Amino acid sequence: MNQDEQVKVLGLWGSPFSKRVEIVLKLKGIPYEYIEDVYGNKSPMLLKYNPIHKKVPVLVHNGRSIAESLVIVEYIEDTWKTSYMILPQDPYERAMARFWAKYVDEKVMVAMWKACWGPKSEREKETKEAYEGLKYLEKELGDKHFFGGETIGFVDIAADFIGYWLGIVQEASGVTIMTAEEFPNLQRWSKEFISNNFIKEVLPPKQKLATLLKAQFGSVTSD
Amino acid sequence: MADEVILLDFWPSMFGMRTRIALEEKNVKFDYREQDLWNKSPILLEMNPVHNKIPVLIHNGKPVCESLIQVEYIDEVWPGVNPLLPSDPYQRAQAKFWGDYIDKKVYASARLTWGAKGEEQEAGKKEFIEILKTLESKLGDKIYFGGETFGYVDIALIGFYSWFEAYEKFGNFSIEAECPKLIAWGKRCAERESVAKSLPDSEKIIKFVPELKKRFGIE
Repeated sequence: MNQDEQVKVLGLWGSPFSKRVEIVLKLKGIPYEYIEDVYGNKSPMLLKYNPIHKKVPVLVHNGRSIAESLVIVEYIEDTWKTSYMILPQDPYERAMARFWAKYVDEKVMVAMWKACWGPKSEREKETKEAYEGLKYLEKELGDKHFFGGETIGFVDIAADFIGYWLGIVQEASGVTIMTAEEFPNLQRWSKEFISNNFIKEVLPPKQKLATLLKAQFGSVTSD
Repeated sequence: MADEVILLDFWPSMFGMRTRIALEEKNVKFDYREQDLWNKSPILLEMNPVHNKIPVLIHNGKPVCESLIQVEYIDEVWPGVNPLLPSDPYQRAQAKFWGDYIDKKVYASARLTWGAKGEEQEAGKKEFIEILKTLESKLGDKIYFGGETFGYVDIALIGFYSWFEAYEKFGNFSIEAECPKLIAWGKRCAERESVAKSLPDSEKIIKFVPELKKRFGIE
């Protein structure tokens, strides 16, 4: 298998899921071709490479496609065993990393999103859930530089939404759950995360993202 | 030093069944501890503080939560016998994709087949069959989802097989009529010792559903 055969990423510039894949490719020094899908209009390429979910990101490597961002991230880790590894070696530590990544993906991000943009009747409940979720993450991070320890790892990548998008989403929606006072560890972590040279390269511009979010999801006052 | 392996579980859980099967495949001796989900034990709350859910695998005192994460952990800790995930990265990614698909799709629609009424139930049945058909076409003519060997995707789905007769009874439909290949796959898997030891009888599940409905306050 020729590992150097071109890697393609089909993504959306504003999507934290899409960016997870780009972040890990950058961290591991793997060159790739980025193909922008179209907001609001799924391309033929997307439908071909991800017929099941019809969502970005999709990775194409050696002509074969892989979907689901965290599955893709683990595939990249398994395929390119470079000096930069994003998962620990120890099986227990790996299980913990997978647990927290899943928690971010399925609980915290979902609750945050619904708290900011969901139906008004559910916002109180979702806000409480998002707050509790962030508290668990705050505790898990503790004094560490990153969830992965000294270097950015699987959980940090999974939590890219919290590191960068969350601030912009809170501003755009007018809903504030994560404050510096209540979440000093996460606040510190997000500053370090977004100042990483590789990550900086791929993050979408703040203003452009804010405009997109407001256009797509409206404001808190509308229902 | 002998490993101490404890599994906090609930007998009808199709998620708990995954972990039971994985441990059996690896011939790992474990202490199965039945949990009362309506009166959660201190150990469950301590070992899974975030979700308070079963199954919880406790290995030498350290908890691992989430059934598919447990299956992968078991595969990594006891690699010598019966590998559960492929070694090829692409095949691994495919297995994980389908495990994730099963997790995201099957339970929600299956639940509607017995937990809903009228239009909602009909819509649930329809979606459930569509999802099973997608899985059936992924299986194709293979013996198992991974090909020749029983593995991760089979383990992710097989627990639901023990609930099929209950879905059919309470939903008033036939899964075999729509997905014969999947039923044949289920029967093949059920012949494996690890699966036979880990799945409850369909009859027991059928008797359990009305009790479950009462607990959830469903008529």
